[in-house]
Amino acid sequence: MNEILKINHLTKTYHTLEKETVAVEDFSMDLKEGEFIAIVGPSGCGKSTILSILSGLEEKTSGDIFFKDQQIGYMLQSDALFDWLTILENCLLGLKIRGEITEEKKNYVISLLKKYGLGEFLDSYPSHLSGGMRQRVALIRTLSTKPDILLMDEPFSALDYQSRLAISEDVYKILKEEKKSLIMVTHDIAEAISICSKVIVLSSRPCKVKKVFSIHLTDGSTPILNRKTIEFPIYYDQIWKEIDYES
Amino acid sequence: MSPEQKKYLKTIKKKKVLILFLQVFLLVFLLGLWQIAADLDLINTFIFSSPSRVMKTIISLYQDGSLFHHLWVTFYETVFSFLLGTFLGIFIATILWWFRLLAKVLEPYFTVLNSLPKVALGPIILIWFGASIHSIIFMAMLISVVVAILNIYQGFQSVDSEKIKLMRSFHAKKWQICMYLIFPSNRENIMATLKLNISMCLIGV
Repeated sequence: MNEILKINHLTKTYHTLEKETVAVEDFSMDLKEGEFIAIVGPSGCGKSTILSILSGLEEKTSGDIFFKDQQIGYMLQSDALFDWLTILENCLLGLKIRGEITEEKKNYVISLLKKYGLGEFLDSYPSHLSGGMRQRVALIRTLSTKPDILLMDEPFSALDYQSRLAISEDVYKILKEEKKSLIMVTHDIAEAISICSKVIVLSSRPCKVKKVFSIHLTDGSTPILNRKTIEFPIYYDQIWKEIDYES
Repeated sequence: MSPEQKKYLKTIKKKKVLILFLQVFLLVFLLGLWQIAADLDLINTFIFSSPSRVMKTIISLYQDGSLFHHLWVTFYETVFSFLLGTFLGIFIATILWWFRLLAKVLEPYFTVLNSLPKVALGPIILIWFGASIHSIIFMAMLISVVVAILNIYQGFQSVDSEKIKLMRSFHAKKWQICMYLIFPSNRENIMATLKLNISMCLIGV
């Protein structure tokens, strides 16, 4: 697989009146085409900062980021759907902002909505959808601009356990079918192992790479089936031990 | 429709009728109380008047043809100052949202202006604009515009930061964040401010 993203020695420092806080220190990783990578670490360690820098929302302090002509899509922690827009209008928001709405792109978005079970809700409003459906809409909104790399910041954390399982299954299927690459930030070890082929464990703040796990599961077809493999609890145990939960 | 649903709708309808009845009853009761207090000299009618005297004045104004003229002038002044205060309020709140530094600089001035009893500025406004409709409109506008600016600006600032982040992730420009997110997500807040502004303008007029 081709390498499409490379991060070298990324550092991010925040400045306040009281102090200087290093959020990310000497973070390096690379992402190959079609690869799913999870970044896990204790809460508040600075995981989300990495995604914010990659998506261009924040400036890095030092280090290098190399993209290979890739488009980036960022899926936030909350679905952030606009209540006053219909589901279709929500999904077209990115294209509207970029001034890229064409009949072809609109049809692509409609086809995604129909393909992933939201066809009958095109003209509905977000308040009529369940939490899981809203997350699916948020994902399709992110996919509307046809990004090559998806950044997901704890995308399922607002959902209950059952919905999380169901939506992670859906998201996995959608991203595989649409041939996307993924960098996902999560504090849920099980989610990371079941979805991704590589798990990067970060230390507590300032976050540094503590250990990288390459995940090889015997089944590997869907996240739920992945959870049932014999390797799953072994990886879980190993990653659990690496995370500084006490901090 | 099931009997339970019919029963439920009937209860809701009954409740609505009861609320309306009590509202009208309260109005009649208060007017009656006012009239009785005036008749029994419990209140000074020179200061508090009475419903019957108010009614007599309305009839006499109607008979000499000046009632609708006065109503029209009050209506015109209220609407004009309301529109002026509202548009100016939205416009200034948008400018403050756009230029955070300006908002920081002006923050203490708005606090002082908000706490200032605007009616106390009446004599100065009369000197500026003369004893004309302009001074009335200016006074009403002044009363409503500060409240409008502060309410609307506060609403603009409390827009969900995740939604702003989402728009920025699509590389939205500031005017797009304003048009596609800030204004639509504040429509209820703006409507509430408009309602408040009407009463503010009436005070000013």
